[in-house]
Amino acid sequence: MSALPGLRAGALTAGRRSRARSSQKPVGGVTASLLLWGYAAVALVPLLLMVASSFRSNADLISDPLGAPWPLSVASYKEAWTVGNFATYFANSLLVTCGAVALSTVVATMAAYALARGRSRIFRWLEALFLSGLMLPIHLAILPIFYLFDGMGLIDSRLGLVLMYGASGVPFSIFVLTTFFRQLPVELEEAAQLDGASTWQTFVRIMVPLVRPAVATVAVFRFVPIWNDFLFPLVLLRREEKYTLPVGLTTFFGENATNYSAVFAGLVITTVPLILLFLLATKQIVAGLTAGMTK
Amino acid sequence: MRRRSGLLFVAPALILFGVFVLYPMVTAFSYAFYHWQGTTRGGFAGFEHFTTLFTRAPFKTDMPRALLHNVLFFLGTMAFQNTIGLTVALMLHRRARTRRMLQTLYAMPYLVSPIVIGYLWTLLLSPTFGPVNQLLTKIGLESWALPWLGDPDTALWVVILVSVWQWIGFPVLLYGAALGGVPEELNEAARVDGASHRQAFFRITLPLLVPAIGTVSVLTFIFAMEAFALPYAFGGSTGNPAGATDFISLLFYRTAFDSGAANAIGTSSAMATLLFIIIFGGALAATAVLRRHERRITG
Repeated sequence: MSALPGLRAGALTAGRRSRARSSQKPVGGVTASLLLWGYAAVALVPLLLMVASSFRSNADLISDPLGAPWPLSVASYKEAWTVGNFATYFANSLLVTCGAVALSTVVATMAAYALARGRSRIFRWLEALFLSGLMLPIHLAILPIFYLFDGMGLIDSRLGLVLMYGASGVPFSIFVLTTFFRQLPVELEEAAQLDGASTWQTFVRIMVPLVRPAVATVAVFRFVPIWNDFLFPLVLLRREEKYTLPVGLTTFFGENATNYSAVFAGLVITTVPLILLFLLATKQIVAGLTAGMTK
Repeated sequence: MRRRSGLLFVAPALILFGVFVLYPMVTAFSYAFYHWQGTTRGGFAGFEHFTTLFTRAPFKTDMPRALLHNVLFFLGTMAFQNTIGLTVALMLHRRARTRRMLQTLYAMPYLVSPIVIGYLWTLLLSPTFGPVNQLLTKIGLESWALPWLGDPDTALWVVILVSVWQWIGFPVLLYGAALGGVPEELNEAARVDGASHRQAFFRITLPLLVPAIGTVSVLTFIFAMEAFALPYAFGGSTGNPAGATDFISLLFYRTAFDSGAANAIGTSSAMATLLFIIIFGGALAATAVLRRHERRITG
């Protein structure tokens, strides 16, 4: 079952195939080249302006918003990091995101293995159940989640967010990983079992190392929406010392709306981990974005 | 793999998914059909909360306005994604050396939190010190240096355009991947038969891209109906200025967590249920239409 038109996970490798026939002329010639690089500027300049402005003082920003960030001033970062509590928000975001990504990746890898190899009909049924979650707008269930958390003592708890995000990442992770497990030959497992390895040993020693690329895609790709999510921490967290970056940012913006350079620093602090992740793992993010597309 | 050990492997994921996704999703509907006194559930209410949404203030006026904004958000995003996105993807196609690099650059804003994007553009468009108006004045377009976000007539379009700016990398990537799957031989055969580039594109390439366009449309629809963080950053939970950037999710949030009304849970759950029906119904209908199209081109 696939939840969207044309969903097939084969596109994880789609980029490579088309390169062979690149001998043909590109559409639009030089004009198109100019347009394409021009659009790259449109995409990037606002982000560069954000970084440049964060290194300038407030007075500089007001007198000349487009001036050069020279000499570099890190005063706004010091202010945001200590006075603005961004050190706390940053630690919370890191804890919640890493915890949730680890949780959903581990449980989804185990489940995907069984779903890919299990022959009983119940596994087909369970797979369909998990994949139905790909299209569930989970944010609409915020009220029941709120009362569920209230009953479990998970309001204002970072652990609660880890469980919540861990659960919401299960469908996508299972979708990508199951497809990947299916592509692996069964001979390896049969050989391991003949040598007396248990199912668990086969899974941990043989299978997990083989699916590492898919695990990386899933982990990297899930990191982004969890790091950026706003509604759940807004509703489920109470005290500032538990806030993640997006919610902390709204508090900071509300109290310092005219302290432009410190706000810019806060925006950069919230964004830097994602930029780093993107530079280190471009391939996984692109694969995640196109996962499930037709070739 | 044996059935019992297989089920043990699935169990942790199933429990997590069941408790924190399926159970809340299912109960979300039941909430809408009961009377509520604060957090205490009362008797069965039938469709009362749904009629409240369309007959009582403030919902009578706020609901249709917010819904209209969601729809405009969807249509606006679609219009830009499918024209600019597809054109960019076409121009990138067959540029093996620069394609990956440019696709990556276009996808950068997608990574950034919508909250960050909202605040960034609020600052860039600020009438007092914003670089955008400064730039417009410098190049002689003073009359364009408007208070973009303060004016109810322009604020919604700012939200839409900023959202397009943030997301355009996604359709470019997907359309790029889909174009890679269109067999070159088909286009060549058409050209040999005397078709112009334009004809080959509209008669061959475009119909083969319909599944990708469909996927992008369905995802955009879900995304547009759920829009929350970006409008929140621009106009707060009340959709400033004067409700010009109000969306259903904001109205839902205000009703559920800010209104303090005794029956807040009932009314807001009815709203969530309605939104769920719109999202799921729309997505399913679009998928069904596209499946039929897919069968026609592959069968």
